Amino acid sequence: MKEFEILEHTADIGIAAYGKTKREVFINAARGMFEIIAGRTKNLKENFCDKIKLEADNLEGLLFAWLNELLYISETKLVILNKFEIKDLSNNKIGAEVKGTKINRLNCKIKKEIKAATYYRLEIKKDEKSGLWRAQVIFDI
Amino acid sequence: MKQSWDGPLNKIDEYRWEIPKDYLPGMRVPGLIYASTNLLEKIRQDQAMEQVANVAFLPGIVGHSLAMPDIHWGYGFPVGGVAATTLDDGVISPGGVGFDLNCGIRLLRTNLTLKEVKPKVELLVNELFRAVPSGVGSKGKIKISYNEIRDVLRKGSKWAVERGFGWEEDVLFTEEEGCMKDANPDLVSQHALERGKPQLGTLGSGNHFLEIQVIDKVYDPEVARELRLEEGQITVMIHCGSRGLGHQVCTDYLVTMQKAVQKYRIQLPDRQLACAPLSSPEGKNYYAAMACAANYAWANRQCIMHWTREVFAKVFRSTPEELGLKLIYDVAHNIAKIEEHNLEGKKIKLCVHRKGATRAFPPFHPDIPKKYRKIGQPVLIPGDMGRCSYCLVGTEKAMEETFGSTCHGAGRVMSRMKAKKEARGRDIQQELREKGIIVKAESRGTLVEEMSDAYKDVSEVVEVMHQTGISRKVVRMRPLGVIKG
Repeated sequence: MKEFEILEHTADIGIAAYGKTKREVFINAARGMFEIIAGRTKNLKENFCDKIKLEADNLEGLLFAWLNELLYISETKLVILNKFEIKDLSNNKIGAEVKGTKINRLNCKIKKEIKAATYYRLEIKKDEKSGLWRAQVIFDI
Repeated sequence: MKQSWDGPLNKIDEYRWEIPKDYLPGMRVPGLIYASTNLLEKIRQDQAMEQVANVAFLPGIVGHSLAMPDIHWGYGFPVGGVAATTLDDGVISPGGVGFDLNCGIRLLRTNLTLKEVKPKVELLVNELFRAVPSGVGSKGKIKISYNEIRDVLRKGSKWAVERGFGWEEDVLFTEEEGCMKDANPDLVSQHALERGKPQLGTLGSGNHFLEIQVIDKVYDPEVARELRLEEGQITVMIHCGSRGLGHQVCTDYLVTMQKAVQKYRIQLPDRQLACAPLSSPEGKNYYAAMACAANYAWANRQCIMHWTREVFAKVFRSTPEELGLKLIYDVAHNIAKIEEHNLEGKKIKLCVHRKGATRAFPPFHPDIPKKYRKIGQPVLIPGDMGRCSYCLVGTEKAMEETFGSTCHGAGRVMSRMKAKKEARGRDIQQELREKGIIVKAESRGTLVEEMSDAYKDVSEVVEVMHQTGISRKVVRMRPLGVIKG
């Protein structure tokens, strides 16, 4: 199962993320977003950690809030996030610990600035046949 | 994901096309697209027209859901879309403004000629690259406190001038005089302030740029003379917006508007069109926060212009005053404005959403600088980095047909992924150098994604606006040197 794939768009960019569970698809959506931002991030040394707690009216709203909060942390703390430990997740709440690497010119560079995750064609659902979760997000770049 | 559009389009004339109101149940007005036949072929290649039709669902929309010739697929609203809604029962939609609130353009004139500048372009580009922070993750040189940033949001360009960035007269040649009065920093989140605080005075990345240009064609000598522009003259164009602060304001209010849509029972075909009545607390709050972000962007462009003046003064061992580095005008092309328009013979205040569209007010309009009352409002249209840019003026026709609006640029035709594939094996920087254009960018990736092939031809776009009488061409500029994030 691939974690995510990039979706083409005329002026912006999107991802489709996959997971065997809701938790996994949230994690892979975050991974996909940071791959757009900074390329391969799996092997980066971790020297940053933060906790997140968010609420939303529904699961799509929660995905929107999750990705945009990660962007806010990345931009204000100047970090690339690459480890996402989701402690609790419902259709309306998410609690997580996120880790990553501080940006500096030597080991870690931003390739592309993402302004925000949008609601446009935002989807997150479970395929009843395969049991696989799929999330789709378009980013404004 | 990219799919072409095959919906119905009625030809009105050579440059005007209508999406009929009965195309989708729920459309309150027809769609009206300004495009040549050639541009229309490109426009049909993505879902932009479907988005034009979706915008027609907005409560209180009047006239048409408008599309300029540089239109392309966006998120919710298309980029290049204009929609006007009534104040009493209409809505305001953050998606109709965009994430980069008050992304816009300013143009400076100079007393310099091509002969004087050509040998120094590379030096100017390098100095500008050093002086103006740009690129992804770039941090600004201006240190401000949280109290001070709130002042920036209240005062816009005036804040920058008071701090010594530029001249008092600059404010007069900026749309809204660089400050929307309804701004209320209390309605901007802490997240937005945190993102904006370190980024004031930065260019950003993507299609933002600072460009040294030469005027290579004059279409309207009389108007050019009034603007003190002539062939062979050097100009500088700055394109950037409200940075992370604006992005966060839009994100925050999209969440507010999702709730508002439920509360006010608004039926929409696309969540990204989420909106609230202009008369509601949600609508008023968004407008006040949007005004803050707009003011931040004007302060941003004012600071960058100040550093540009300093660089020219240093390179030419002179002063900005002696070099004649005056601001021609500054326009926003992602914004919503409350304006008075004529609708069916009556004067009415409307909320005009311009997302990737520029205001184009006519001669004698009270909201344009006194100096330009005879000629109309200057409209600044950037091309891509390999092709030319334009200065136009607004017209009475624009007021009649498009709520005083016109195009904003070239508009993309190619996704960034496709651009990367097309550019394989090519050295875009070298190709531009061979055309006489020096480019300095933070990343090769940006250059590739921003190459000319990825854009419509801005000349074609501008020609449609000129032929329809929506805005008139004054001068054309071609690039000599560009800095990009």
